[in-house]
Amino acid sequence: MADVLKRIPVREQEPKVRATNFEEVSYGYNKEEAMEEATRCINCKNAKCIGGCPVSINIPGFIEAVKNGDFEKAYEVIGESSSLPAVCGRVCPQETQCEERCIRGLKGDPVSIGKLERFVADYALENNVMPKKAEKLNGKKVAVIGAGPAGLSCAGDLAKLGYDVTVFEALHKLGGVLVYGIPEFRLPKDKVVAKEIEKVKELGVKFETDVVIGKSTTIDQLIDDEGFQAVFIGSGAGLPMFMGIPGETANGVFSANEFLTRSNLMKAFDESYDTPIKRGKKVAVVGGGNVAMDAARTALRLGAEVHIVYRRSEEELPARVEEVHHAKEEGIIFNLLTNPTEILVDDKGNVTGMKVIKMELGEPDASGRRRPVAIPGSEFEIECDTVIMSLGTSPNPLIASTTKNLDTNKWKCIVAEEDNGQTSKAGVFAGGDAVTGAATVILAMGAGRAGAKGIDEYLADK
Amino acid sequence: MYKIVKAEKLADKIYLMDVVAPRVATHCEPGEFVIVKMDEKGERVPLTICNFDREKGTITIVFQTIGASTTRMAELKEGDSFMDIVGPLGNPSEFVHEDLEVLKKKKMLFVGGGVGAAPVLPQVKWLHEHGIDVDVIIGAKNKEMLILEDEFKAVSGNYYPCTDDGSYGWNGMVTTKIEDLVSQGIKYDECVAIGPMIMMKFCCLLTKKLEIPTIVSMNPIMVDGTGMCGACRLHVGDEIKFACVDGPEFDGHLINFDEAMKRQAIYKTEEGRKMLELQEGDTHHGGCGVCGGDK
Repeated sequence: MADVLKRIPVREQEPKVRATNFEEVSYGYNKEEAMEEATRCINCKNAKCIGGCPVSINIPGFIEAVKNGDFEKAYEVIGESSSLPAVCGRVCPQETQCEERCIRGLKGDPVSIGKLERFVADYALENNVMPKKAEKLNGKKVAVIGAGPAGLSCAGDLAKLGYDVTVFEALHKLGGVLVYGIPEFRLPKDKVVAKEIEKVKELGVKFETDVVIGKSTTIDQLIDDEGFQAVFIGSGAGLPMFMGIPGETANGVFSANEFLTRSNLMKAFDESYDTPIKRGKKVAVVGGGNVAMDAARTALRLGAEVHIVYRRSEEELPARVEEVHHAKEEGIIFNLLTNPTEILVDDKGNVTGMKVIKMELGEPDASGRRRPVAIPGSEFEIECDTVIMSLGTSPNPLIASTTKNLDTNKWKCIVAEEDNGQTSKAGVFAGGDAVTGAATVILAMGAGRAGAKGIDEYLADK
Repeated sequence: MYKIVKAEKLADKIYLMDVVAPRVATHCEPGEFVIVKMDEKGERVPLTICNFDREKGTITIVFQTIGASTTRMAELKEGDSFMDIVGPLGNPSEFVHEDLEVLKKKKMLFVGGGVGAAPVLPQVKWLHEHGIDVDVIIGAKNKEMLILEDEFKAVSGNYYPCTDDGSYGWNGMVTTKIEDLVSQGIKYDECVAIGPMIMMKFCCLLTKKLEIPTIVSMNPIMVDGTGMCGACRLHVGDEIKFACVDGPEFDGHLINFDEAMKRQAIYKTEEGRKMLELQEGDTHHGGCGVCGGDK
């Protein structure tokens, strides 16, 4: 009999093996493992885990069904709240959401909610379990901008309510950050993302790729000329940020967005694609978030020695604990409390290294984190041929600048109500990174759901 | 899918295609560009829009074969399709929003070089249709490489073809033709120069000396073209700009061309290897340094 205080471990690819391939790191639970882990849920009456989930999945409800071996029922329960469970089961920071509030966690490991969700979703994908469609269509047209997590969840919810939904996507592929940002080894594109989007299509949602709202058409034209009665903006994050230090336009300096897009969306890691990518020998990734870990682990798989350069200490790393753990296992080197001051360049314009300075932690700043302060005279050089800047993004101005009466805040993010996504413009709703700045997949999905609710209320009597 | 309704070879390695892309054709203006992707495995290739027909919903693109994707694109025929065309991207040329009466008083000079003649055409055409005739210099290596001559003759004020080898028109580089015109006493208020980076650089050095404000259209490496990847960043004066959302047209006198040229060469080795693979086809057995072959 297993120790009930401990979760059933999940099988993973060996670190040494996976560091050289793009196959998924975690294998996920099989039926037996899932059913056994499910027995650890004590089905609390006042289940705190639900409150920790941005889309409020009935967690004890679906786990109960898993316990009983009724995986279709479990999928149905999750489907009431989430359109992308196979994605969320893989990339949600469960440890700071549902699992953090699990009663089991008070003494021992919390229930492995994320891995159970992934199991149920994968079961549904493999066995072609279909989501429940709307019983009656109401014929009201809604446009959703962006086929990322916010847009997909908004579109899925609205379709289930009977709306006629069209999603407009700027890129040539659907999924937003799920396809251009998160790497294959964390979130398989064909096996998981494409199939999960197929299920959103099954709900009746229509998709149009290669449409840049603000350029190919505008929100005002969608409403005035194409007959859409409401619009949800889930256009995601925007322009990558750089440090403003010398050498940043050198060859070999990339934004994490570019590096990841080349590898993930454009499949540069696959030789049969035309896309070129720089396979560095020694790569420095600047930043400490999930995107930095993704870029570092991608560069590693392309054959490089990889350093994470981060100005605070390990405790402040914004990335998920699991990602940092996986990165370390695979051999990523962490240069903490270290900040770049200059990128060194040869006469051909190629990166040869990076000048950095040692940091120490001072007083807490506005964010509550201790502010890193440079230690005078502690400069040294890191040799590298590639630098990947992973410092976050600033909003894309295209939509705000081409839509009348759409307010933005001082950070140029679209202003929207948190509980229903309402913007300053009637009939226009927004959510996800376009509103909050760079955040997580699940927060964007939560905002998409809120937007769907807001649109449903707005169109109820129209 | 975006259907090709016309495909034509204009010169060695230079191709013209009319493609059905209604959303782009409805909304595009001179100066903007599109990104095309021929199939699943192709690259996203940024191309300036050379012409458009709002009624037919078509746009005209002109491209030169450089890498693996453009070489494969050249094989497409009338009736074939591009998998993806997205746009219009970037900003229209400044004059599109300028007061026509003010514009009419300006003496403008357009300079195009090589395949860069193509993006010059819609601008000259737009101005012609709005009652403004401008001088146009188009440069090419030789007579055979000179493109779109009839089209330019139809919409230009004065049209000056130039060839590097003197086989047609003015004998020499476009810069020497600019000097020639200015020495004849013509005073230009504005110059627009589009072509290879090296041509734009020398045009700008000259027009700076001649004190003629000059606009250039930058064509750096891009991936998404919508302001996400940051690959197209360049120095304009002291500022970093993104060509895709801030450009592609900039004040040429503020561009750091040497830096831009170095950045353009970033994937030269990788692209060369891809080309080698493409040329050798099934007979390719390594040597490219990428595929794991043993040579």
